[in-house]
Amino acid sequence: SIFSQEYQKQIKRTHAKHHTAEAIETYYQRYLNGVMKNAVAPVLLDLANEVDFAPSLMARIVLERFLQEKEQTIPSKTLINSMLRDPSQIPDGVLANQVYQCTVNDCCYGPLVDCIKHAIGHEHEVLLREMLLEKNLSFIAEDQLRAKGYDKTPDFILEVPVAVEGHIIHWIESKASFGDESSHQAYLQDQFWSYWNRFGPGLVIYWYGFIEELDCHRERGILLKDCFPTDIVTLRHSMAQR
Amino acid sequence: MLVPLGEDLCGLGESARWLGFLLLKYIWVVGQKVSGSIFVLTFCLLFSQENHIHDKLVSLSLLQKDFVPFLLNFLREQTSQILTNGPPTPAKTPNSKAHGSQRTGSERRAGHATSSRVQLFSQRTSVTTCTTDTSFSPAAASSGSSSFSGSNLSSPCGDFPSVVSSSSPSFGHSPVLHQGEKRSSQKASLGSFLATPEALPVRRGRRKGSSSVGASGRQVARDLGRSLAEEEDGKSDSGSWSGGRRKRSEVPLVPARSPPSQLNLNNLEEFPPMGAASGWTNKSKPSRRINPTPVSAERPLSKPKTCFTSTPVSRSPAARWSAGSSLEAFTAAQEGNLSSVISNSLQEEREMLKKERCKLLHQASSPAGISFDPGTPTKPSYTRSASLPAESHLVTCANPAKVSCKKQLECLAQLYSSCITENLVPNIFLELFFVLQLLTSKGTSTAEDGDSDPEISEINRDVTERQHFESVHNCVYFAVRVLDYQYEIISHLEKGMLKLLAENERIASFSPTLHKRLRQAYESSTAKVSLLLPCSVQSVSFQPETDNRSNFPSDRAFHIFKKQRDIFYELLREWEDNHEKTGWDFERVLGSKIRAMMAHLSATCNHSHFARLFQKQLIQMCKGPVSGGASWGDTPDQDVLNMLGSDNLSRLKRLQERFVVPQSIRGPCPPPSFPGCQQFFRDFILSAGSYQFNQHLMDSLCLKILELNGLTLVEHEHSDGEADMEEQDEKKRFTVALLSLRLLAKFLGFLVFLPYRTAEQPTRDLQDSALVLRNQTLPVLDILKLLRQSIRDQRSVLTIPWIVEYLSLVDHIAPFLDYYRKVFGLLLQVYRLMVLSEEKEMSFLNKLLILAVLGWLFQVPSVPEELFFTTDDRQERFMMDTVTSAQALDFVPLVDQQLLYTCCPYLGELRKLLASFVAGSGGKNGGFIRKITPTAAESLAPKASVTQRKLQVDLEQAFFHNQPPSLRRTVEFVAERVGSNCVKHIKATLVAELVQRAEVMLQDKVKEEDVNHDKLLEEVCTHLYEEGAQALIKGREFCRKKGPEAVRVLLPEETSAAVLSSAENIAVELATERACGWLSANIAALIKREVKATFNRMLKVPGFPLPGEDAPELRRDCTPGCQHCAPFPSQIINEIKDVLCVAVGPREEGEVVDYVWLEGLLGRLSQTLRCRKFMCPTSEQQLARCTVELASLLVSDRVPLSLGIKCPEKSPERLHVKNNPTSGLLKLLFSIWKEDFGTSVPVQLIFSKKNMGYLAEAKQQEWDLFLFLLHGLIEHELMRTSEIQSCLHSLEELPWPSDFVKDLKRLSRVFVSEHQREEPRTNPCELTRQSLATVTTQS
Repeated sequence: SIFSQEYQKQIKRTHAKHHTAEAIETYYQRYLNGVMKNAVAPVLLDLANEVDFAPSLMARIVLERFLQEKEQTIPSKTLINSMLRDPSQIPDGVLANQVYQCTVNDCCYGPLVDCIKHAIGHEHEVLLREMLLEKNLSFIAEDQLRAKGYDKTPDFILEVPVAVEGHIIHWIESKASFGDESSHQAYLQDQFWSYWNRFGPGLVIYWYGFIEELDCHRERGILLKDCFPTDIVTLRHSMAQR
Repeated sequence: MLVPLGEDLCGLGESARWLGFLLLKYIWVVGQKVSGSIFVLTFCLLFSQENHIHDKLVSLSLLQKDFVPFLLNFLREQTSQILTNGPPTPAKTPNSKAHGSQRTGSERRAGHATSSRVQLFSQRTSVTTCTTDTSFSPAAASSGSSSFSGSNLSSPCGDFPSVVSSSSPSFGHSPVLHQGEKRSSQKASLGSFLATPEALPVRRGRRKGSSSVGASGRQVARDLGRSLAEEEDGKSDSGSWSGGRRKRSEVPLVPARSPPSQLNLNNLEEFPPMGAASGWTNKSKPSRRINPTPVSAERPLSKPKTCFTSTPVSRSPAARWSAGSSLEAFTAAQEGNLSSVISNSLQEEREMLKKERCKLLHQASSPAGISFDPGTPTKPSYTRSASLPAESHLVTCANPAKVSCKKQLECLAQLYSSCITENLVPNIFLELFFVLQLLTSKGTSTAEDGDSDPEISEINRDVTERQHFESVHNCVYFAVRVLDYQYEIISHLEKGMLKLLAENERIASFSPTLHKRLRQAYESSTAKVSLLLPCSVQSVSFQPETDNRSNFPSDRAFHIFKKQRDIFYELLREWEDNHEKTGWDFERVLGSKIRAMMAHLSATCNHSHFARLFQKQLIQMCKGPVSGGASWGDTPDQDVLNMLGSDNLSRLKRLQERFVVPQSIRGPCPPPSFPGCQQFFRDFILSAGSYQFNQHLMDSLCLKILELNGLTLVEHEHSDGEADMEEQDEKKRFTVALLSLRLLAKFLGFLVFLPYRTAEQPTRDLQDSALVLRNQTLPVLDILKLLRQSIRDQRSVLTIPWIVEYLSLVDHIAPFLDYYRKVFGLLLQVYRLMVLSEEKEMSFLNKLLILAVLGWLFQVPSVPEELFFTTDDRQERFMMDTVTSAQALDFVPLVDQQLLYTCCPYLGELRKLLASFVAGSGGKNGGFIRKITPTAAESLAPKASVTQRKLQVDLEQAFFHNQPPSLRRTVEFVAERVGSNCVKHIKATLVAELVQRAEVMLQDKVKEEDVNHDKLLEEVCTHLYEEGAQALIKGREFCRKKGPEAVRVLLPEETSAAVLSSAENIAVELATERACGWLSANIAALIKREVKATFNRMLKVPGFPLPGEDAPELRRDCTPGCQHCAPFPSQIINEIKDVLCVAVGPREEGEVVDYVWLEGLLGRLSQTLRCRKFMCPTSEQQLARCTVELASLLVSDRVPLSLGIKCPEKSPERLHVKNNPTSGLLKLLFSIWKEDFGTSVPVQLIFSKKNMGYLAEAKQQEWDLFLFLLHGLIEHELMRTSEIQSCLHSLEELPWPSDFVKDLKRLSRVFVSEHQREEPRTNPCELTRQSLATVTTQS
């Protein structure tokens, strides 16, 4: 996870470099030459490794360029995505193979990896849900919230807030990744503060750990954990005790 | 002559009114001959003889108006020296010449000191000439020293016109007095009244100034503007409302109009100490001064803008002087200045003074206890203040034995107390503060030793005449007497205060009885105002009912608002983090961000949403008593510390530091401010500068205020026992409502008067025209109406406090508008009539709260000063004593000390004063903790809206009429809730069902190619609308079922059956009406909206079957007994990816995939698919796709299997599919595809060009395996024969190598032939083997 995030950062840094018009043209020509010589050789993959770029992104660049030449228009994103997901749709068999090879061999990008990430995220949400159920904490899940028209939805909103390590929380967000600085900042900006703004303080679980220093908003109402909390205090109704 | 009159008065005591008039007339006629002491004594006698004279006194408006300010000023004047050696009264040297009557502002400024002096003496000199001058009132007015003189000034127009005007014709000019001088003039006159009954010269009491008052009375309005223009107070000039201190930097102006706020004794700017300097600034206890009312005709109404908070002197000329230069220099300069102005007549005055001095000397009966200022009249004060800064000397021991003139003091105390008791003073707490100041006065060394040098005393006397308050002993005596009289109020204050009083040694030694009572009061008091920990910022929760997409006109608006909410909180957090850092500037940092956001709001018309958010956040953050600004202090409770434990002590301390600004005693009347978080909201409004937003915010505030103001409490029948709990709840509810109201009203006031706020006092001309203009506009919120209603309905305890907050933010002109004049007039009446006493019906603390806030309002800078003492008789009359009903808020004991101090944190000043006395140092009393109560979500009484038909309405009203009101509220409440729940229920059941059906229909239809989605949607919806009609039936059912249940639960068990059933029926009826009304109007739209939303979601779901694909029959449940311990989908995908990597290449030499492992992987895949728990659609689709790819690669022999022992390396046997290890894997895949996937598997991908390409590229094409695959697909019903055929056909069209095409065609033929004659199904494997042989031979 950490490796993946670092790699992504690096790719992001160099992304622009690979997307200049010249670079694209160079890559495309090299690809064409390569497959002319040997259509079976892993031309694209090698190219990507050579220039230190994610193979599936390289595949995307070349595919885009290819379609552009073929159709004389800039292809839509959905079309590209769909072709990357299912290279069988690519009109050129050789390119299809090349692209498929790239996506399969890419460890950080591409539809397959995205799917794995998604699956991991989903799995952890399910695990979290299990734990909540086990603890008898009633909650509203994201899809229910969406159906009600909430504009920002954490994974779970607790119907009855609880206190974790002395901090009251109203919602829990599950993150199946490592909480490093940049991703945490981005999440804070896009998600966590927005949740806070709507639902009050909450808990974020980074299942793969996080940098301890990031847990600095506890007082304000964003609590970080790397596992399901054990120190949970629930509201006990005086009525119930009677 | 005097004596008989005095006797007369005493004898006539029975009819106070008559007596009052007589007395007044008497004074008027023979004014100059009456001595002050006789006057006072007479009053005291009256009081003692007839207890009810207090009440009667109220009606003597003449007396009241003129006498009270006179008395107050007198007291201030008398004590001005003893009180922590405050600034000496500036002008003791007489100044003979009256200056020109018409002065411009600048002249006034420049010439204050001199002119006032002139005035002083001109009075005396002129005494003889103005024989008509009369009574105290003119004296007070002319003396101008009183803060109340404003009233005097205006009173002539109203109540006292004939007298004054007739008396005044001769005085056309209006000399401007310096405050100090005025004071001194008054002092002179009063002091002499008291001390030297017989000896005073005839002219005493006559004032030129008085005449000018009369003359100027009519000019009030015009002059007002002018005088106002000169005020600069912290608010207007700094633009910040929170600044407690005044920023006046000029020579203090003569406040022409002295409203109650003239009581700003602390305001050194108004009373610039001439010699006082830095020492003064540090003082914790400002001496009290009353602003002199200048008698100038030009500015009769100008008022000093200071409030009590004003910290002494920082900007006063004296301070400027003292900053660098020595006091002596300053003094010298002053004197020089003075002397230059002093005119010839001074000499004359001096002569007179000498004479008087002599008389006084002879007369002085008890020199002991009176201390005299050493030196010349002008000097002593300077030297004293300079040499004795407050902190530097010890507290004098007050000794009861050293009290002089006890009798007079007693009289004064009685008189003064009755003024307080009768609400004749503008602010009772201000007076109490003053009394406590006296109590804690430190005195001076000279004052301490009772017997002073006779010479000095002689000298002293000539100027000050007799000083009753020159010794600490006298002050303390007086204070203790007054406290004794005011015991009732004091005993209602909070416990800490009582403790300090009970422990006060001076009280103990001066009045053991009072001491005892206070002790008892303290011990029995439960009025602990406790420290509560602050709560942090909380956000306003997102409520779908108001915040979801359906509340916005467009997606864009919705999304923009989504962002705005986040931006707003971002700003708030930034502010919270940084605003206390030095150099952080709200406008600079946040201004442009706010405006950018406002621009977005305007673009999308989201103002109302944002205003609502803003307002809710405001309430949430600020409704509690807040940090900053007002300065109620409390030391942390031991309980709190215990609770926190020592670990948290440091945290608490930090908190403390953060919240506590260095405090000094700021007097009980701080100007309105926006403490703590309120500051953010105020600055936000200012920075935003958005008209639209302000308007929406005002709307929102008004609505909320009206809603809260309508608070009703469930009446408590005072049945024992349970009442307690109810009472607590009610108190809580009331408190929450009251605090919210005050907060909202303050902001409403801020917004309403914001456009009119001016940095400078408008000039008179401007004011006149502004009045003309603004008299035409209607107020945003009709507070006059609300006020009247509240008085009528006896709910003023709720309404007045927020109206006060609203009014505290008036601009300079608003109070003169007809409308607000009425409001103020009414408030004043309330104040006057709300006499504190326990026996009346209204709860004492309720009244105390009202009095405290009103008293504060009268001191607010922009509230005109003349207001308090001008009660217009034309004012509307209202009856305070309307029939009292038990439920009226005013009569429920709702206010407790906690609430009182929360609303009026400035009351804490009293305690601080005492505390600082105990501490012995006035300057060190920082470190108080402000009390912050946590905000809590409040539930408000629902407003029931009932629309009914005529007869039914009448019947219903009749039904409710004789029932307890709670019944009605319950029914309305139930109706409202049940109706609302009914709609929700229908949405959740019927509509949800319909939407589900629609989903199915849509799924079917959407697969048809080229459907128009909109049309399709319309179609489906129309179909559902008919069904939607069911909603009404179901809704009715729901209400019929739930309504009675709820009513039964909520009404008392004992309710009679008939009443119960009626109530139930009404509730059901109302609920049904509500619910069905809404449903019939909205059900169609609702269905459509929901269906549309579902449809859009459906289209967006990744993997939604596009046209042409099969509908997925998603399996949703695990196999029974599943332990959910299968591997995670992500893990399986990952492993398959690894296999694919190896298969697709590039791979290293010798890199293989272990067969057994792969087999195991497929087994685990099967398990994973069977357990649905962790599966999500995308994972499953990916798995399906990957396995199909894997199958393709397997049949193309692209997977380098290492077979291990089980399957020896490629033997000839491998031609037999049965034995081929790959076929085993394929078989596993078939079964997984068929049995385990919940989604459809895209097996047709096998026939894609790419995947067939693998086959084509294979060195030795595995046609037998491929055929095996095809058969397997058929056999497991994964594809139909025809489908495969068409796939094969289309494959033939593609440009393959010619050999491959031939093989393909052959394969196709074989496949077709086998499957056509294959009805009695034979073993597919056999067949395959057969055909396989054919194919291989042919290739």
